[in-house]
Amino acid sequence: MNNVTLPDASGYFGAYGGRFVPEALMPALMELEEAYNTYSIDPSFALELEACLRDYAGRPTPLYFAPSLSESLPALQVYLKREDLNHTGAHKINNALGQCLLARRMGKKRVIAETGAGQHGVATSTVAALLGLQCQVYMGEEDMRRQAVNVLRMRVLGAEVIPVKTGTKTLKEAVNEAIRDWVSSVNDTHYVIGSVVGPHPYPMMVRDFQSVIGREAREQFLALRGCLPGYLVASVGGGSNAIGLFHPFLGDPVKMVGVEAGGYGLTTSMHAATLSLGRPGILHGTFSYLLQDKDGQVLTAHSISAGLDYPGVGPEHSYLKDAHRVEYRAITDTRALAAFHKLARLEGIIPALESAHALAFLEDLALVCPPGTSVIACLSGRGDKDMDLVSGHDQVLEG
Amino acid sequence: MKRKTASKETAISRALSGLRPGGRKALICYVCAGDPDLMTTGRLVRVMAEAGADIIELGVPFSDPLADGPVIQRASNRAIGAGATISRVLGLVRDIRRDVEVPLVLMTYANPIFAYGVSRFVQEAGTYGVDGLIIPDLPVEEWPVLDDHVQASSMEIIPMLAPNSPDARLRLAVDRATSFVYCVSVLGTSGTRGHLDTARSLVARVRHFSDIPLVLGFGVGEPSGARRYAQVADGVVVGSAIVRQVERYGRDSVRPVARFVSQLRAAVDEASSSHV
Repeated sequence: MNNVTLPDASGYFGAYGGRFVPEALMPALMELEEAYNTYSIDPSFALELEACLRDYAGRPTPLYFAPSLSESLPALQVYLKREDLNHTGAHKINNALGQCLLARRMGKKRVIAETGAGQHGVATSTVAALLGLQCQVYMGEEDMRRQAVNVLRMRVLGAEVIPVKTGTKTLKEAVNEAIRDWVSSVNDTHYVIGSVVGPHPYPMMVRDFQSVIGREAREQFLALRGCLPGYLVASVGGGSNAIGLFHPFLGDPVKMVGVEAGGYGLTTSMHAATLSLGRPGILHGTFSYLLQDKDGQVLTAHSISAGLDYPGVGPEHSYLKDAHRVEYRAITDTRALAAFHKLARLEGIIPALESAHALAFLEDLALVCPPGTSVIACLSGRGDKDMDLVSGHDQVLEG
Repeated sequence: MKRKTASKETAISRALSGLRPGGRKALICYVCAGDPDLMTTGRLVRVMAEAGADIIELGVPFSDPLADGPVIQRASNRAIGAGATISRVLGLVRDIRRDVEVPLVLMTYANPIFAYGVSRFVQEAGTYGVDGLIIPDLPVEEWPVLDDHVQASSMEIIPMLAPNSPDARLRLAVDRATSFVYCVSVLGTSGTRGHLDTARSLVARVRHFSDIPLVLGFGVGEPSGARRYAQVADGVVVGSAIVRQVERYGRDSVRPVARFVSQLRAAVDEASSSHV
C-alpha cells in the first residue's frame, strides 16, 4: 500500500477528503494550496521552519524508554515520544509554526484558530506573538471552563479568546464559528486549523507539518535499537498527533493503533469514538467518518478530554481504517484517568488527558503481544492544563 | 467574449423567462422547513406564492449550517427540534404540489443528502416536485457526486458565486448553470448586511461572461434593500428577514409573512419599472 502519494490532486484519500465549503472559501483554499505547494519545496522555507522547530520549539523531542511503565506491562517495551517537551507543551506547536510561517509568506496579517483543549490555541497565540500577527481564537464556553489555564495563557500572549455559546459550546461549535469568521475575512486572514481535518489542503498540510514526530521517532528508534518498533500507539480526536507519528512508518512493517475517546463507554451515547462507531459523512468541509444520526444531523461528542471531544476525524484516518492499515480502538474516560495517574506515579510525567487514552490502551496491547514487543506511544502533550479537571474528578471519586 | 444564456428549459427557467437584464425582476423567498413546524411551513409556502414569490426556497435543516448566520442557524435548530427530516420535508413538498405551482428549490447542506442516499434523494425529490437544489457547501468541483443522478431527473443544481470568486470560477459557474446563478452579495454568512457596491461589481463581472439571469442573495433585508438589489440584478433572494418574522410570530407568522412578502414584491416591481 502506498499512502505517501495521497491525497490526490482533488484532495481525496481514496473516498475521503475533498472540499465541501461555501464558495467564498474556495479561492482561499486554492490560494493556500498553491502557496503550500510552492513553499513546501522551497529550501528557504524548510530551513526557516527547521530553525524555528529546533531553536524555538525545542526539537528534536526525546524518545524516552519508560522503564517502570514497561515493567508494569510485562510484554511491552514502552518508548514515549515526548511531544509534551515542546515549547507550549504539546505537538500543536509543530503545525502552528508551519502554518503561521506560511501565512506570513502569503502576506496575511491576521490568523484565527479554533481550540478545544486550548493547546492549539496556545500554540497559535504563541507563534502569532513571535511573528507579529494579530490573533483571535474561537473556543467553546464549556471548554473555556474546562481549560481555564490555557485561556489565560492565550490572553497573556496577546490573543483574543472569543467564547462560542452555540450548541454544546465545545470544539465542533468553535470550528463552525472560526469557519464563519473566515468566510467574512478571507482576504487578510489565514485560518490555522489545528488538526488533520477540514477541507483540502488542510489534512495534507497539517499531516506534513506533524510528520516531524514520526520522522524523528523512526530515526531515534533505529539508532537506539537497530530495528523498527512493533507498534505505534497514539490518541485520535481530529488525529494530528497520530497521523504525525504514523505517516513516516506507513511503508514499514509496523502495526499502528489509533485510540479514540470512549467517554462513558461505546454502549452509551456519551463518547467521541468517530471511527469506531461513526459513518462516513460531511462536516467542516471534509468527507470522513462522522458521528451522526440517521438523518445526517451531527451528534454531540463527549470526552473527559476537551481535545478529543469532536464528532469528526481527519479523512486520512478514515482511509487508513478502511484500508486496514491502522486499527482504531476506544478507551473510556475512567481508564484514561487511571492511566494519567499511573504515568505520573511510575515515571514522574504528567500526561495530557488526550495522551492518557493512548497510554491506557497499552494495557490492552500488553495482553495480546508476545513478550519483548516494542511500542512507541505518542505523549502528545503535558497534563498541566488538565489539573483542575482531574482534581474535580478525584474529588467526585473520593466523595 | 463568450456569452452564455440559459440552456435547457426547466420549470425554473420558465418562471424566470420574463427576466432580462433591465426587465422584470424576480423575488425568491426562503423559509426553513419545519420552523416552527411543517404544517406552518406548508401554509407559509402557499401564502408566499400568493403574495408574489417567483421561486420558493425551502431549507432542509442541518445541525451545522456553515454558510448561514445566527438567524438561519436558530431556525435550523428549531426545525430539527420539531422533527424536520429530509423525508418529512419531501412529504411536505408532495403535499404542497397539489395546489402550488411556483418552482420549489431545496436549500440544504451536503451531509443530510448523503445520509439520505444521493440517488434516493434525487429520485424522490424530482418525483415529488422539487425543481432545483442549492447546496452551499457543494462547490462546483464536488458536483460530480450528484451530477449523474440530477441529469437524469427534472431538477437542476444552482451554482453560487461569491464576491471573491475569481474569473475562472465565474466562468465555471455560468457554464454549469441551467437557469440562473445565485450571487452571494457579501463576503460573509447569510443575514450579514450586504454592500451594494460589492454586489454590483460581482454582477458586472459575471455579466461579462454570460447573459444568464443572476439573483442576489445574503444581506437583502427590508423592502427598500430588495428594491436596490433588484435594480442591480435580475432578482433577489430574501431569507433571514423572512425567517426573523417566523421566529417572532411562530405559528402566527402566516399573516405577517404574507404582508412582508407583498411589500417585497411591490419593492422588486418598483425596481423593474424604474429600469424599463
